[in-house]
This record gives sequence, structure tokens and C-alpha cells, in this order.
Amino acid sequence: MRKTLMAAAMAAVVAGAFAAPAAEAKTFRWAFQGDAQSLDPYSLNETFTLGLLGNVYEGLIRRDENLQIQPALAESWEIVEPTRWRFHLRKGVKFHNGNDFTADDVLFSAARVRAEGSDLKTRLAGVVDIVKVDDHTVEFVTDAPNPILHYEWATWGIMDKEWSEANDATAPTDVTAGKENFATRNSNGTGPFMVTSRETGVKTVLKPFDGWWDAANKKHNLTEVVFTPISSDSTRVAALLSGEIDMMYPVPVQDMNRLESDPNTNVLSGPELRTIFLGMDQEYDELLYSSVKGKNPFKDVKVREAFYRAIDIEAIHKKIMRGLSAPTSLMISPFLFSRSDEFKRPGYDPEKSRKLLADAGYPNGFEVTMDCPNDRYVNDEKICQAVVAMLAKVGVKVDLLAQPKAQYFAKVLRPKRDTSFYLLGWTPGSFDSWNVLYNIIATPAEDGRGKFNLGGYSNPKIDELTTKILSETDATKRDAMIFEAYSLLDQDWGYIPLHQQGLAWGTRKNVDLAQRADNQFMLYYVNVN
Amino acid sequence: MVAFIIRRLLQSLFVMFFVALVSFAMFQFIGDPVNQMVGVETSLAERAALRERLGLNDPMVVQFWHYIVNAVSGDFGISYQHKRPVAQMLLERLPATLELSLVSALLSLVVGIPMGVYTGLNRDGFLAKVFLTISLIGISLPTFLIGILLIFVFSVTLANIPPISVLGLFAIDLSVLQLPSFGRGTTVDLGWWRTGLLTSDGLKALIMPSITLGLFQLTLIMRLVRSEMLEVLRADYIKFARARGLSNRAVHFGHALKNTLVPVITITGLQIGSIIAFAIITETVFQWPGMGQMFLQAVQNVDIPIMAAYLMLIAFFFVVINLIVDMLYYVVDPRLRVDTGKVSGHG
Amino acid sequence: MADVPVTPAGRPAMILYPLRRFFDGDVWASFKRSPITVGAALVTLLYFMMAAFGPWIAPYDPFDLAKLDLLDSLLPPAWSADGDPRYLLGTDDQGRDMLSAIIYGSRVSLLIGFASVLLSMVLGIGLGLVSGFVGGAIDAFIMRMAEIQLSFPAILVALLINGVVIGYFKTHPEWQVDQVTLAYVVLVLSIGLSNWVQYARTVRGSTLVERGKEYVQAAHVIGIHPVKIMLRHILPNVMGPVLVIATIQLALAVIAEATLSFLGVGVPPTEPSLGTLIRVGNDYLFSGEWWVTIFPGAALAILVLAVNLLGDWLRDALNPKLR
Repeated sequence: MRKTLMAAAMAAVVAGAFAAPAAEAKTFRWAFQGDAQSLDPYSLNETFTLGLLGNVYEGLIRRDENLQIQPALAESWEIVEPTRWRFHLRKGVKFHNGNDFTADDVLFSAARVRAEGSDLKTRLAGVVDIVKVDDHTVEFVTDAPNPILHYEWATWGIMDKEWSEANDATAPTDVTAGKENFATRNSNGTGPFMVTSRETGVKTVLKPFDGWWDAANKKHNLTEVVFTPISSDSTRVAALLSGEIDMMYPVPVQDMNRLESDPNTNVLSGPELRTIFLGMDQEYDELLYSSVKGKNPFKDVKVREAFYRAIDIEAIHKKIMRGLSAPTSLMISPFLFSRSDEFKRPGYDPEKSRKLLADAGYPNGFEVTMDCPNDRYVNDEKICQAVVAMLAKVGVKVDLLAQPKAQYFAKVLRPKRDTSFYLLGWTPGSFDSWNVLYNIIATPAEDGRGKFNLGGYSNPKIDELTTKILSETDATKRDAMIFEAYSLLDQDWGYIPLHQQGLAWGTRKNVDLAQRADNQFMLYYVNVN
Repeated sequence: MVAFIIRRLLQSLFVMFFVALVSFAMFQFIGDPVNQMVGVETSLAERAALRERLGLNDPMVVQFWHYIVNAVSGDFGISYQHKRPVAQMLLERLPATLELSLVSALLSLVVGIPMGVYTGLNRDGFLAKVFLTISLIGISLPTFLIGILLIFVFSVTLANIPPISVLGLFAIDLSVLQLPSFGRGTTVDLGWWRTGLLTSDGLKALIMPSITLGLFQLTLIMRLVRSEMLEVLRADYIKFARARGLSNRAVHFGHALKNTLVPVITITGLQIGSIIAFAIITETVFQWPGMGQMFLQAVQNVDIPIMAAYLMLIAFFFVVINLIVDMLYYVVDPRLRVDTGKVSGHG
Repeated sequence: MADVPVTPAGRPAMILYPLRRFFDGDVWASFKRSPITVGAALVTLLYFMMAAFGPWIAPYDPFDLAKLDLLDSLLPPAWSADGDPRYLLGTDDQGRDMLSAIIYGSRVSLLIGFASVLLSMVLGIGLGLVSGFVGGAIDAFIMRMAEIQLSFPAILVALLINGVVIGYFKTHPEWQVDQVTLAYVVLVLSIGLSNWVQYARTVRGSTLVERGKEYVQAAHVIGIHPVKIMLRHILPNVMGPVLVIATIQLALAVIAEATLSFLGVGVPPTEPSLGTLIRVGNDYLFSGEWWVTIFPGAALAILVLAVNLLGDWLRDALNPKLR
């Protein structure tokens, strides 16, 4: 490390001889529990990969530290017709290799993001045509009015057409084709940082891009960034405590106190957009894993309410999440729905729970198997254990099957859907309720609706509302419909929302940065003092 | 000897083939790779199509056949996760694992054999008993806990310890003993081989992982050498050697130690293989960028091409090591030469 | 070897010979002479008693989830300032009494340990004897199987067996197996099957040496059945190294169980073994709740230490060559 530092210092000195303000070398070393899968910005629709690449590639829009939409590669846009959006592209933007950014790059990126092997095809869902008006104007034509067309475009990074074509990287790597793509390990974006070296799974080094279009407003003071994935929680904490790294996340909740009390480290915590909830199978006529035969107890609303009321969410909040969670009754983060404060979580009531179970015909409870991941969400396995213990108190005997995510998802996801009772987390990629209603709450259908509704909860009225919400452009009316849909879900006790999981990032005391609730870490907010 | 080697080589091919077959049978239990390859918004139809194109719907035997055909031509496929050729990724990670494994194997031999000899010769000695008891710590705690305890002491505690003043005369700053908690430190590229053995912080980074990995083998070797020494020292030929008036030194090292080496070679040979396997845990704890760590991540993400190639490579190591161990048997214990001659006569 | 008496047919098999000797004066005397051994034996006995009578000794039933109160979680030991006198060694992250959890956990760990050692011992000795004695193609085949076995990390064997076992019980719902039993089966099979090679290689090596000796060849010549030769003449002479391995393996099996649970396949934390307790406690090493790791860790270390010390002594005492 010392050598790297020296080298960085020397590089900075040399650079300083040319640049007017002789900047001090500010190497920023940070760690996350995994690595970005690829440098190709379309390879995987996953928070960390998109977040890291968000420093290198930029979209037509970007989101600020409060997740508000800001112009980025597009300076402005307007809806010329309900189904036609016009974007005015920023002039004078350069890619890292010096190429100019133009409308052709947007058209190219649109084709590439829809190519075979891309995991970001939904970014342009409903877009039927893309028209180049001139070099700096592009129009998007949609099949139906869509007020949230551009909501996810902050993570649709624009790529350079010339560079991609010259390097034979016009489509994302298709693993089935058996050939590596140039863009997997090389990058050429317009963003504030460029990748200078990368060893997959070991180390990625970035440095600021001097020709960044927004350099005048840059907030960071870094000269070099070294990213290392550290998968073991304890090792990651140790590396921060010992000063080998300047920042890391996620911080295991039990270690927050330690980092806060250490004179050299700090914890930044805040709410995340992910909702953790329990789902109950209401689709099969007989539960796959239960002592009850011939019928499905979860089809009885009393049983669902009994389960809901048996869970002491405050105890989980206090003891397992150590305060790093926000108990909720909603299936979406309160930050993403304006009327969320009108919902109250029904109280913890084991007495009533027992009574409901007795009324439903299970005075002595019953047995059911619960599926739970043990390496996916914050303290997932511990939450499940606590739930099992709480249900035991009302007489329900739960057999807990906690597995690594690979086996867990293979078991519970559609089409297999091999579960009776499970824990899942959800973050709406578009920051909007429609995503939640469509994926989690609506009745599962062939076209992909209700894809993650693993318990098969179904209410035709909600399905109807979901369809209407998609194309409603009046915000107040739209929110009213969303409100109605969530209220219907509540009456049905369709899911058991637990909490919004919290974010916890650990830093050394001399580091300043902004934490975004979508858990994307943007280097251009970082200052090393 | 030549016939023996050829026969062993053929058997080795069978081993490799069988490992590949069992690996493939195993993959269907590890999870569905498609879920780890796409984001949540990817539709079920697209998932199904990807599964089909990856050939995951083919019968296991068909998948296996395609794999073997490609593997023979040196093509181990593209990592599902990292979209890069697996052979290249393994090759990048190989030096880290081999350096760690060899250093810890060396450590366990260099420390384990002398301690074993000492405790064997001084069976009832106080120091020998202390050695024996302390060495048991190496096998009484799980590897991951030992690793994390080392990190706790040598990375975290030492980093934050204030200098200790001795009688107000001078200060001892223990923080210079601090060891890195993760990674390999500065590395140097010798061609494609990336080594951490040539820089001081590369060597420093090697200390804790190699102790963690080697502690178990050290205990094993020490105890083995001790028990073999004890037995051999009672053997008639040692008594004769003593009766002939040979010095203790000549008896102990010329005769006794030499004869304890057969089982030590067997176990050490076997342990090199299991060191590589155990390295999975150590590499994960210390974020050591070796193959084991990559393999564990591949298991977590159901990256079948990486898992398959890794298992084949490990099988290859075992086969080679076993071959060498068997040949060393020839050299060390002449009786076995006659033996195996008979065996081949049967066969 | 010459000083080992060859027992005439009809008398107890020679495999029992060392055990018989245990009760004659010499062994007992050597036991009493060594205070460390006596101590180790007492500790081991204590653990066995704890395992056998756990439910009657433990202050709580840590497996009874209905009794756990999350609000009692992570209480420090009774003697510290914030401690609760109800929980002598404090509580874990789910509000489980650590002392009870350790007592029950030792029981689970020992059960899995013994079962898997037994499995690998029987398998390994059998295959090793056959391999070394019969030789030829069978020997080559068994040894190649050993190589195959060795090239699979235990974690993968566990995953495979996990998959097969779950698949099996799924198609046979009449077994009514819960996750805990399933985990036991998976662990015993995967640890047991991963470790037979050690025994087999060692037994084979010794058998090769013994086989060449005159007494074996003599027995062969006078027409004693090969199985009899193996069991009566060769087996007792390879028992020394086997005991060395078995003691280490018992400890190892307990640790392997912990490691597998560190990697995500192991006993479910609702009914934790010692290993699972350590794995869970591992998360609390930096956070100040030291008792969640240290107590189960110490319990495991003491158990392993005692078993090994006892094994060391037993090996020396049972080995006629050392007397």
C-alpha cells in the first residue's frame, strides 16, 4: 500500500506541475462486500454494479443525493405529445477517450441496451421508436402515455458508438456465445471517473476525468480511487478500524456501535428503499410444507391476520436491527409514496392472534415450513429466527429452512415457487408504486405480472387499479388509486410487511460523503480531508 | 517403473473424467444460475430463454459431453458472472493460491517435523508436553475463527495501540507490528505470474493467512512424526544400532527419522491437496485473491463454468501429487518396490 | 511384531486384545501416573454426561422457541454490571441462555462427531485393508476413488449430499423429516464420507508393510482365510495410527460442522450445535458482545483438547511396542 501511495503522490506531483492548482494526492480506498460483475453497463441490473458504473457512465438524467431527477447528458426535455418525448442533449460533452457525445451515441446505446445479452431491456419498455432530430436532439416515441418513462434512465449509461464499434463491443457479452466482450474489462463513459486498471474480484482503480463536462461544479477532491471487494463482514470491519481503507459498506448492524465509538471511524446510517416482508402461499389448494392436509390455511384471512399480529416488529427493530430499520405497514418505502403516513401498522397482539387461529379452526396452531435466505438481506436469518420464535408463542410451529441465496431463490422463485411461507425484500427500480403493485401484489399472469408474487395473493380490484395507474398522468388521481390499492391489500392481510431495511456505511473520520437512499455510492460526493 | 507410470497416468485420466462427471451431477443441486445472472426485472420468458440457450435444460449427460468436448480443446467457457474466459480467470488467481499454499506447507514442515522429533525423543519431558498441548490449539478452533482472531489482534488492536513507555526512558511502539487484514499487499508481475514474495508488504500480508492455513497441518505433522518416532525407537533395528554403539545422534536422525518419513510423506502429500481445499476458507477470511475465494463466490452465485474448471484443476493437482508420492515411496521404502512388482504381477 | 502373541483360533479376536489389556495392571497404572490424562478423562466424562443428561442439567430448553424472548437477547454474563442472574453466561442474539445452549450444543456436536467418525472409520478401515491386502486392480480402483474423494472440498460434498438428501425425502414424504434431522443426516454423511480416505491410506500403507512380514505370509501358507488374516493379524497392528486419526477426526468433525455452517450448510440456528453457536457468535467479535463467541469457542476448544490428550495417552498405552 505504501508503494501505491508513493506512486500516487509522485503522479500527483508530476500532474501538479502541469495543472494550475497543485492538488494534494487524495487516494480514497474503499470496500464493498462484492465486486461489480462487469464493466459493461448493460450486463446486470443490480444496484452495486450500476452504482459503481454510475461513476464512469452517465445517463440522460441523473439523480442527486436526495434522489431528485437532474438533467445530465440531456440538458432539458419536454413531452411534445403524450406519447412523444423530446430530449435536448448537452453540447460539448466528451467521452473519456476524447470522442464527442452526440445523438448517434444515444441511438446506438438504445439499440445496445435492447440487444441480446442486455439485462437492462426494461429501461426502454414501451418505447416503439427513437428519432434523431439533429445531432443534439432525440425523440422517444412510446406505445402509450408513460409519465415515468425516464425514471430509471439515471442507470442507463450512454456508451460511445465509435469506441464500441471499433472494439467489437456493439452488444453486451452473451455468455452463451462463449466469447469475452471488450467492454467487460474496459470502459469509455462520459462520467467524472475513469477506470485505470481492473482485476476482476480483486481491485479496481479509478481516477478523475479531467475533461468531465460538469468539472466546474465538482464536489470531490480525489486524485485516485482504489476499490477492493471484501466479502467477509468481520474482515471488512477490521480493515476500516485499522485504517487500511477509508470507507466500506455495508456495516454489519451489530458493529455500528463499535465503529461509532472508535475515535477514528464513523457510521452514516439512513433508510434504504428496500422493504422486507413475509409472504404466505395463498395459491396452492394444499400447502406444500405443512401439517395441515387437504386445505390451505393461508387462504383464510383470519390465519393471515393471526400471523401478522403475532409478530413483534418493535422487538425486531430494537434487538435484531439495532434501530437500523423502520417498521412499516406498506410494501413500498414511505419516501416513494406521498400518502404513506396515512397507513398505520396494526398492533402486535399475540392474544388476538391465538384467538384468530382458534376461530379459524387451529386452536393448537399448525406446522409450516418457512424459507429464508441467509446471505441476502440485512440479518435475514436472524429475522426469520425471531419470527419463528414469535409464531411459536401463538402455537404455530415453524420449521425454518435458511439457505444461501442461490439455493433459496432457485427454490422460491417462479416458475418453481416451491414454498409455503417466505421472507423477501423488494426495491422498486423505478422508485414508484406501480413497480411494487405490478411485480409483488398483482395476480400472477402469463405476461409477467405478479412475477414476484410468490404466494399468489390475488385481488381483481387491485389488478384493475394497477393497469390504470400505469397510464394515469395526473399525480393526485394516481396517488389516490395507489392509496386504494394498498388499502385493499391491508384489508386482505395479503402480506406481512416488516420494515424498511436501513443503510449503514462506515467511514474514517476524515472522509465526507453523501449517502443516497438507493444505496448507490457516488464518488463525486467524496472528500478526503 | 515406466509401465507403472503409464498405468498411473491412465488411471489419472479416469480420475479426472470421474471428477468432471460427479461435478456435473452436483451442479443441479447448487441452485439456478439464471437467477444470479439477471436483475429482478428480467421477465420469466427471458429467464427461460437464457436457461435454454445455456443448455441447462439439456440432460446432464449432454451438458457433460459438451463440456468435455470443449475442455479437451482447452475451452472452459465464459464465467456466467464476470463474462470472462474461465481459464484466464483461474490462471490469474493461481499464483496467489499456490504461493499461500506452499508457504503454509513449508511452515508446517519446517516447524512441525523438528517439534515432532523433539517431543518424540523427550516423551516425558515438560517442554514436550507443553508443545503437544499448545499445538492442539491448531485443531481445536475452526479455521475461520482463528483467522478472525488473528485479524482482531494483529490488524485492529495493534493499529490503535498507543506507544508503551518503558520506565520513561524509551517508548515501544507496537503498532509497527501491525499486519494487513486483507489482500496480498504490493505484487510484482513476473511474466503472467503475479508474486507477492518480492516485496516487504507482500510478505507481511502473507504472514497471517499462511499461519491460519498451516496451523492445522503443523499440528498434524508434529503429532504424526512424534508417534512414528516413538514406535521406530522401540524397533529392533534401532536397538541393534544402539548396541553397535552408534551415537544417539546417528541413531535418531540416521535411522529413526528416516524411517518415520514414509507416513510423513503420505500425509504431507495428501495435505498439500487438502491445504488447497482449506484455502477456500482462509482466502475468504483474508480476502486473499486466490482460486479458493473465487470458487466460493462461484458456488454462491452458481457460476458453473468456474466451479467445473476449478474442480478439474484441483483434481489435476491431486493426481499429480499422488503420482509423486507414490514414486517417493519407491525411493524411501525399498520393500515396496518388491511389493508393487507383485501387485503388477497380479494385475 | 514378534512380541505380539498370536492367539489360537477360538479365543476372542485380536482386535479385542488391546482393550483387554486396558484393564490389566499396566495400562491402569500408566493412566493413574499421568495427572494430565486423568484431568482430560474427567473433562471428557463431564462432556459426555452433559451430552447424555443435558435436558435434566440445563436451566432452560434452548430449542423451545416459544420460551425465547427477543427482549432478553444479548444480555451479558450474570456477574457483569448489566447481567441478569437468570442467565449465568448471558444470552445470545435470540435471547437464548448461553449455558443451556452450550450444554445442548455439545450434545448435538458430539452426536454428529461420533456418528461421522464411526462412518468414516468403518469405511476407511475396510477399504484400506482390502486395498492393501488384495492389491492389484482393486487396490488401484480404491486408491483412485480416494483421489476423487480428496479432490472434492467437503463443502461441495455437503452441498451434493444436501441436494440428494433433500430430493430423496421430498419424494418420500412418509418419512416426515424436519430440517434439523435433515441437517444431521447431511452433516454426518458429508463429514463421514469426506474423511474415510485418511484411514484408508494409512491402513493400506501399514497393511502393505505388514503383509510382507513373515507371520502374515506364514498364516497365508497354512491356509487361514484372508479375511481372518486381515481382521486378526493385520488390523490390530494398524489400530495405533487409526486411533491417532480417530481422535483427531472426532475433533475435526466437530470443527468441520462449524465450518460448514460458516459456509451456509449446517445445523439450523434454531437448534444450534457448538459449531453453529460459534458461527453465529463470530458476528459479534468486534461489537463487544464477546460472550456470544468466547463461551462456545472455549467449550469447543476444551472438549477437543481433552479428547486429543486422552487420545494421545491411549495411543501410547495401547501400543505394545511402546511398553
